[in-house]
Amino acid sequence: MKNRSLVSITDYSKQEILYLLDLARKFENNPVSNLLSGRVIASLFFEPSTRTRLSFESAVQRMGGGIIGFSDSNSSSVTKGETLRDTIRTVTNYSDLIVMRHPLEGSAKFASEVSTVPVVNAGDGANQHPTQTMLDLYSIYKTQGTLDGLEIALVGDLKYGRTVHSLLMAMAMFDTRFHFISHPKLQMPDEYKIYLKEKNIHFTESAEFNKKVDSADIIYMTRVQRERFSDPIEYEKTKDTYVLRSNMLQSTKPSMRILHPLPRVNEIHIEVDNDPRAYYFEQALNGVFARQAIIATILGVDHLVK
Amino acid sequence: MKNEHTLQVNAIENGTVIDHIPAQQLFKVIKILGLDKIENQITFGTNLSSDKLGKKAIIKITGKQFEETETNKIALIAPNAKLNIINDYIVTEKRVVKVPAQVVGLAKCVNPKCITNNEEITTKFTVFQTNGSISLKCHYCEKITDQDHLKIIVD
Ligand SMILES: [Zn+2]
Repeated sequence: MKNRSLVSITDYSKQEILYLLDLARKFENNPVSNLLSGRVIASLFFEPSTRTRLSFESAVQRMGGGIIGFSDSNSSSVTKGETLRDTIRTVTNYSDLIVMRHPLEGSAKFASEVSTVPVVNAGDGANQHPTQTMLDLYSIYKTQGTLDGLEIALVGDLKYGRTVHSLLMAMAMFDTRFHFISHPKLQMPDEYKIYLKEKNIHFTESAEFNKKVDSADIIYMTRVQRERFSDPIEYEKTKDTYVLRSNMLQSTKPSMRILHPLPRVNEIHIEVDNDPRAYYFEQALNGVFARQAIIATILGVDHLVK
Repeated sequence: MKNEHTLQVNAIENGTVIDHIPAQQLFKVIKILGLDKIENQITFGTNLSSDKLGKKAIIKITGKQFEETETNKIALIAPNAKLNIINDYIVTEKRVVKVPAQVVGLAKCVNPKCITNNEEITTKFTVFQTNGSISLKCHYCEKITDQDHLKIIVD
């Protein structure tokens, strides 16, 4: 993984994912170090994403690394009309690794081909966001003690939600059983269902919450966005159909955990926040450890992690 | 019809005859093969009736033969095209076109939010064939461009 860009979660094998999760655990036990002393990480956010940026910058600074870059395209040369190609070539001169968020799909792949230093994709439009997936995987691994043979319910916008697609691709390596719960208009796209069928992975599909969640180890909630519906009434109805409430958790497993990439709108009722199975706020913290593991490994200092 | 076909094929001494091109794709085929930029004598017929294609086109290029990698490029828009390579009035090779596994710099990605549609970048696709129709997966944005949305970039 050393010196390799991370564009999509599928750039990593099962073994590599497990290695990184183990490393993330070490960072969690011992987050502060000087592993990146003297290293410069460029943080290029061509569109604002405060959560992701802070998580990356925290990860770098906890390892003693320096950060250069910009937090939205207004403060960058992009406003002067510079191409992505030229921006990346320039930044390559000043940094050891580039973390990049960009509104256009495929931009991270392109940057990784132009750059002479490794690129970590922090989200390229609706396409990929592999470090989010890694933090989801770490959250699952940490709360369930394993990634193998779990049952996961994915709820909400399964059509456009890139986080659920990447999570599905990654968890498909671990003999997972899936339940898809969504409005018929926001169903899991066929390409993913075909992928699962080819790999002989079990999944169910339903239009409403049901007893399927009782056996789940993870309920992964996602936001349903208004823009996805041309009819505002349909949106309002849908929005309320897929709200997770305390009474729906009564017969779920005590070891089950509820995940959500945040920010939420209303899809998890605030009464659930007090349930011991609610995990979405801790989930975000795991992102720092997962990102520490990824950056340390790419920069080849992973063997020094205690 | 059969006789007429044979006649057309035999009408050149040396070169290549490309048959079974969908009529509406004729000019794209000409562009892809760069026929508009070569000096060779070229004749073509279009809107010829065809059982398979409805209206087909046929191109005859005198004194030129093509590499398979070149002719395979037209498989994206003329998958049923057949080539006759002719030497001394005799068909010495019959060739069908094969859809290439990779397409570079030839097609446009259907996704308006793809980086390749917003910056000067050579497009790259992996080609899939399902039930006889072709779809392209973008190397960059990973979106699928199906046959109905396939746009060929030719300059
Ligand atoms: Zn694309």
